[in-house]
Amino acid sequence: MAVRNCLVANDWICWEYVRSRSQELTDATVQHVSITAVSVLIGLLIALPLALLARARRGFAGPVLGLTTMLYTIPSLAMFSLLLPLFGLSAALVVTGLVLYSLTILVRNILAGLAAVPPDAREAARGMGYGPVRLLWEVELPLALPALMAGVRIATVSTIALTTVGAIVGRGGLGNLIADALPSLFKAQVLTASVLCVLLAVLADLLLLGLQRLLTPWTRIPARTLKAV
Amino acid sequence: MGAVADAWTWLTTRSNWSGESGAWHRLAEHLYVSGVAFGLACLIALPVALWLGHLGRGGALAVNLSNTGRAIPTFAVLALLMLTPLRTHGDVPTVIALVLFAVPPLLTNAYTGMREVDRAVLEAARGMGMSGRQLFVRVELPLAYPLIMTGVRSAAVQVIATATLAAMTGGGGLGRIITAGFNTYDTAQVVAGALLVAVLALLVEVVLVAADRLLSPLRKTT
Repeated sequence: MAVRNCLVANDWICWEYVRSRSQELTDATVQHVSITAVSVLIGLLIALPLALLARARRGFAGPVLGLTTMLYTIPSLAMFSLLLPLFGLSAALVVTGLVLYSLTILVRNILAGLAAVPPDAREAARGMGYGPVRLLWEVELPLALPALMAGVRIATVSTIALTTVGAIVGRGGLGNLIADALPSLFKAQVLTASVLCVLLAVLADLLLLGLQRLLTPWTRIPARTLKAV
Repeated sequence: MGAVADAWTWLTTRSNWSGESGAWHRLAEHLYVSGVAFGLACLIALPVALWLGHLGRGGALAVNLSNTGRAIPTFAVLALLMLTPLRTHGDVPTVIALVLFAVPPLLTNAYTGMREVDRAVLEAARGMGMSGRQLFVRVELPLAYPLIMTGVRSAAVQVIATATLAAMTGGGGLGRIITAGFNTYDTAQVVAGALLVAVLALLVEVVLVAADRLLSPLRKTT
């Protein structure tokens, strides 16, 4: 009976809640992760050409940066509501809103990363007969990867936090659990969902950091080895 | 485009602006809560950041705090505060959540601004016999000013934007127009509310950019 008491007493921490609603919690987490992953991936697919365009033509840089920054000032609740007439109450609505937010961070970071590529490396590659496409894929993007990944990490973490607001249209992953628990003041559900949300953000950040280290092995060469050469 | 036309009709209907749940009242609530939260955040973050920056310590903490801050969903913080005894005090949970949200960008930018002041300039000022206090007021602060203001601007806009979420946990502000529209399936009202909030956020950004442009040359000549 002692176990049932924490649900009845409406405690903040209640393992009985986690155990009995594990399916509900899993479903919400899966929805949260998939909405975040799809949003960041689409964001990246849009941000990369936008950044390349802004870099290639100076005339595009101002409007691209200005527009994406302006999008960032639109409140999340307002963003999801403004897209309502276009998408209705769907996951596409939440994903679109989140993609628009991620663009600000991603475009800026990709541009900064590309700008930081040493001109010598670019010249050397050109001298070796690299064309513009091969130069981009084999020299510039790998060298810009640390800055790009820093952008992806920030975008992912803030997207995980923003996904909760999708609860307004019923597609907020863990945010749905928080919104559902509010009217009945169900403390265990609000706390569990909130903690899961933060854990998810921390975990995603660590995974992306690991991925970055895997993708950029050259940054891990110890300083001593470099000096010896 | 029908939705936008309907939203326009909502916005131009006088009765939607008056009364306790009217747009003017919601706008006043929004500005009041945002203003208090932003003011408190500045009072907490700026002295700490400027002091740490002057001493040159605690930088890793300030930057890490900012990154961790992004991981915390404001909606979750608001919901958690709602369930504490604070909820009886109306706007208190909203203000606390917004302060938590605004402190990291203020802290990081002000600290970074102070640390990026050229070492050689500081050495020269010290060589001229400036005291630590004079150094702080006449050299570090004016040079760090642009970055401090960047943090202040982004924090202000983020607070205005995020105050909207208070409505999801029963607080006041412009977000209430949106959530009320959702509850009654009134798309026109939802879009009208969203437009109001978006315009307010952009307006605050424009006003702050203009204020910054007017103020910064004065700072440079002193």
